Amino acid sequence: MKQFDYVRPATVAEAVAAAAQPGAVYLAAGTNLLDLMKGGVSRPDRLVDVTHLDGLDRIERLADGGVRIGVLVSNADLAHDADFAKSYPAVAEALLSGASAQLRNAATVGGNLLQRTRCAYFYDTASRCNKREAGSGCDARDGENRTHAVLGWSENCIATHPSDFCVPLVALDAIVEIEGRNGRREIALDELHRLPGDTPERETAFEPGDLVVAVRLPAAARGFAARARYLKVRDRTSYAFAVVSAAAALRIENGKIAEARLALGGVAAKPWRARAAEDVLRNVAPTVDAFQEAARRALADAKPSGDNAFKIELARRIVVRALSLAVAGTPARIPALPASPFASTSGAIHA
Amino acid sequence: MPELNLTSAPAHLRHGSNIGQPLTRRDGVLKVKGQATYAADNHPPGMLFAVMAVASISRGHVTSLDVAAARRHPGVVDVMTSDHKPRLAIDPEIKTNPFVFRMEVLQSNEVRYANQPIAVVIAETLEAATEGAALLAPRYETLPALVGLDAGDSFVPPVVGVGNPTENHRGDVEAGLASAEKRIDAVYETPPQYHNAMEPHAIVAAWDGDNLSVDMPTQGLMLSLARIAELFGIAHDKIHIRSPFLGGGFGSKGLMAGPPVLGIMAAKLVGRPVKLVLRREQMYGPVGHRAPTRQRLRIGTDGDGRLTALDHHARTVSSTFDDFYEPAADASHTLYAAPAIRTSHDAVRVSTGTPLFMRAPGEATGSIALESAIDEMAWACGIDPLAFRLKNYAEVEPITGKPFSSKALRACYEQGAARFGWAKRPLQPRQMRDDAGLLVGWGMGTATFPALMFQAEARAVLRRDGSGAMEIGAHDMGQGAWTALAQIAADELGLDIDRVEFKAGSSDLPDAGIAGGSAHTATAGAAIHSAGAAVIAKLADLATSDERSPLFGAGNAGVIARDGRLIRRDDESRGESYAEILARAGVAEVEARGTGAPNPAAMEEYAMHAHGAVFAEVKVDPELGQVRVTRMVGAFAAGRIVNPRMVQSQLFGGMIWGLSFALHEEAITDRRTGRIMNANLGEYHIPVNADVPPLDVITVEEHDPHVNALGIKGVGEIGVTGSAGAVANAVWHATGVRVRRFPIRIEELLTQP
Ligand SMILES: Cc1cc2nc3c(=O)[nH]c(=O)nc-3n(C[C@H](O)[C@H](O)[C@H](O)COP(=O)(O)OP(=O)(O)OC[C@H]3O[C@@H](n4cnc5c(N)ncnc54)[C@H](O)[C@@H]3O)c2cc1C
Ligand code: SF4
Repeated sequence: MKQFDYVRPATVAEAVAAAAQPGAVYLAAGTNLLDLMKGGVSRPDRLVDVTHLDGLDRIERLADGGVRIGVLVSNADLAHDADFAKSYPAVAEALLSGASAQLRNAATVGGNLLQRTRCAYFYDTASRCNKREAGSGCDARDGENRTHAVLGWSENCIATHPSDFCVPLVALDAIVEIEGRNGRREIALDELHRLPGDTPERETAFEPGDLVVAVRLPAAARGFAARARYLKVRDRTSYAFAVVSAAAALRIENGKIAEARLALGGVAAKPWRARAAEDVLRNVAPTVDAFQEAARRALADAKPSGDNAFKIELARRIVVRALSLAVAGTPARIPALPASPFASTSGAIHA
Repeated sequence: MPELNLTSAPAHLRHGSNIGQPLTRRDGVLKVKGQATYAADNHPPGMLFAVMAVASISRGHVTSLDVAAARRHPGVVDVMTSDHKPRLAIDPEIKTNPFVFRMEVLQSNEVRYANQPIAVVIAETLEAATEGAALLAPRYETLPALVGLDAGDSFVPPVVGVGNPTENHRGDVEAGLASAEKRIDAVYETPPQYHNAMEPHAIVAAWDGDNLSVDMPTQGLMLSLARIAELFGIAHDKIHIRSPFLGGGFGSKGLMAGPPVLGIMAAKLVGRPVKLVLRREQMYGPVGHRAPTRQRLRIGTDGDGRLTALDHHARTVSSTFDDFYEPAADASHTLYAAPAIRTSHDAVRVSTGTPLFMRAPGEATGSIALESAIDEMAWACGIDPLAFRLKNYAEVEPITGKPFSSKALRACYEQGAARFGWAKRPLQPRQMRDDAGLLVGWGMGTATFPALMFQAEARAVLRRDGSGAMEIGAHDMGQGAWTALAQIAADELGLDIDRVEFKAGSSDLPDAGIAGGSAHTATAGAAIHSAGAAVIAKLADLATSDERSPLFGAGNAGVIARDGRLIRRDDESRGESYAEILARAGVAEVEARGTGAPNPAAMEEYAMHAHGAVFAEVKVDPELGQVRVTRMVGAFAAGRIVNPRMVQSQLFGGMIWGLSFALHEEAITDRRTGRIMNANLGEYHIPVNADVPPLDVITVEEHDPHVNALGIKGVGEIGVTGSAGAVANAVWHATGVRVRRFPIRIEELLTQP
């Protein structure tokens, strides 16, 4: 097989130095990266294993009321942290709706943020793909593209970002802490993933060597705990990526929406924050009419990239439903079928 | 020696109570401990690893392979290509019998479908062989792919399925439709599907001079052996195939496919044992699949809701180089009493591997269309779907007019409906909601599958230590043959099951035929039955002709074999043990062979089918269109039930497969290239646990004196039929939206505002 170096740095600084060279990539749990390597989609020269770095596996409450999630915390540990799940229920629900229990046990926070698209043509090295090989073309554009993007796509790439976790995170203004060659910096999660434009091969705002060390949620994110849901429509009940998903979070004061947060998943190359929809919900009563108007706004710029016009209508309906669920209030326990339209069915079998 | 076929009138009775017991799998502990040796678990000394390079185009030619680069890779021993390979004794394009399919084993540089093997890299390690295969970097001359049900001119194939007539009719369908009070005319589409057995096709092949040893999962030991013998030009007795366990086959391991032949060729090329295991995506091409279909059903009824005509036409595809036609329309032959029935097929050729039998071939595809159409017809008549089916219940087989050898379908309908609570179903769709506001729908389908028999032979032995043996080259694909056939063997030998050494899964045992067509328990069971009768007759001869035996002179009255003893039929106080009889006679053992085979006279007279009724409840989100099955009840009449636990598990598996057919399975084929874009179990959806509701299986008592000596009909495939239609019909009942393209997708159900 293709030879590559495997390095296991002892410190974050060593990791950044080791990963800054061309051909180097970070390895977390490998649930995405190793599949890509086996398929010949990624052929790195050097793997920089970050799973042994100290201090990146903690969930810390911050003095300012926020929370800081170390990048090596597993998806399962984060979702099952009782305090975290209580404070950020939509995030926990999104995590638990992703992949399978085994994958969630392994997958890391950082890996989830930076997982690659599931576009079948990206995975298939015999197809042309601008993301895999810049300038080669996009075989998805006229291909089997039922699940591709309806927002923010370009002629050069119509892929979506598949993460569930990122959707409520972006709605809650998550901040990503990055360690790079020039030290530490932070950016909004909303700015981490790039839309394809003319350069779909550039997926993130990263510079070579950039390592995500933590994700932070600001104090305000907690204010939505009472009314925050994630809803994910899939082609089967569990163990499937979202066809379309949405995270909705509301603060209600005196019968009116004081603040709304809304983001969509499975519709674009990034978790899609719907700010225009949030704006129309400010200071209005939480009615279905208001939610429908919000849904209309959220999808105002949507257009099909192929056989996927249905996703636009589906996304509108999901927005309305997610907002309705949020108004109804966060359930005391995360449902046995997290984020599922069948979550409220009694006697549901665990996913 | 001339073999007695004592099947129908044995001279002696045999008593035992193993048949009918819900024994757990006798190989279960081995499997749980990881000690059951599957083909790929073998590792003979000196073994090398072979990895196939497969085509990434679906039509054209390979113009170059960088063999030098692959050879240079450390650990690579050899690269087998169309220019560098052992010669075969016959051209694999020659069809020496109808059970031989053409295969791609590097005979030319032509590419006929995606994932076709184009080279094999043999190396010291799996990793080296894998990288070697990647380094081949093939180049192609690509021709336009033929894709889909409208690719090119259609034609009428000479036969469909395994030699079924392409067209059948009884009565005048056009007249029946013309005179009908009500009519429906509907077109249904089913996608290509892949068997996806958990265990991929695998082979470990080792040559020793002219002798060939093969570990390979197969549902047809002797068919495989014969194919290997003719391809390599060696005598049958030089080949030994071991196939003790299969991790599923579903039809894809029934006949010899190309990849295992490549493993044998590779072993010959390098003169060392070779292992070749397919990767998951490599199973989407050279090892068969279920072809897509487009089916048009035209049905008419009179004013009373009685069928006047049933016309079922199926379009399907085959490969560009061989013939297998999914006999989808044949599903309409047996179930509903239309005075006029016509079934017909046509096909187009596409750039695909040749389709093959896949669990309920024809029956599954045909059933979902027929059961949907019957549901549509019932609705058009304003009649409850069960009442409609009862009104059109076939008392004789509609297409032939033959009586059924047995048919407890009415009982299946009754018991299934009662358990499900069908009587409370509103006729109109979109009437029921649950507490959470989800739409609820109830649907049903009738299940049917022919009761087939093939040929098999078994050898029975009784030994002086009081034990027995039964040998038969039977196949356990996971269905439980190791257990069910051993139960039959124990009863046929009049021994406790622990006293019977049951041998199966090896080509040096008597030929058990093919484990397919849901006929294996019936066929192998019949052979075991007659071998047991023959060996007991021999033992009885020893005793009844020996004046020192308490059984002396009992020959005319006959004896009863029970618990390791022979007892006089006319005086049960007199008897002696097998061990005593053999000891006195001074022989170590007696042995006899017996055969199982279809009975042509009975087949001439009777239509033989298993039947069932499946009821399903689904819930559908009214706005979002996501579907979930929440309840299924299946009632099946399939003759004698040898092991209720195993039968239940087969029927569960079939019902889940039906659910999968209706809602999940589809190989997504790129319309431009003919390549399958979801050739992995992440994206090729099958139901996960959360999709499978509580299942309820009822086995309805049925005695069939005609199908075979044991009255067994087979349960491996019938569960798929009926179930797929029941789920589809439930989706309609929940939503009022009739989806005719399967699997049913979310977007189809978003039509309501
Ligand atoms: C069958 C299957 C089903 C799935 N279903 C879902 C689903 O329904 N929903 C969902 O959201 N996800 C799903 N996933 C994806 C899963 O969530 C990701 O594979 C997982 O989160 C990746 O985490 P990891 O730690 O294994 O990352 P890795 O595979 O190790 O890495 C992934 C990428 O992130 C980069 N990376 C990792 N850590 C860092 C870091 N600290 N800084 C910078 N870069 C980093 C790596 O270089 C790599 O490019 C599924 C995956 C599979 C295989
Ligand atoms: S959509 Fe994007 S990822 Fe998919 S093939 Fe096109 S360029 Fe590649």
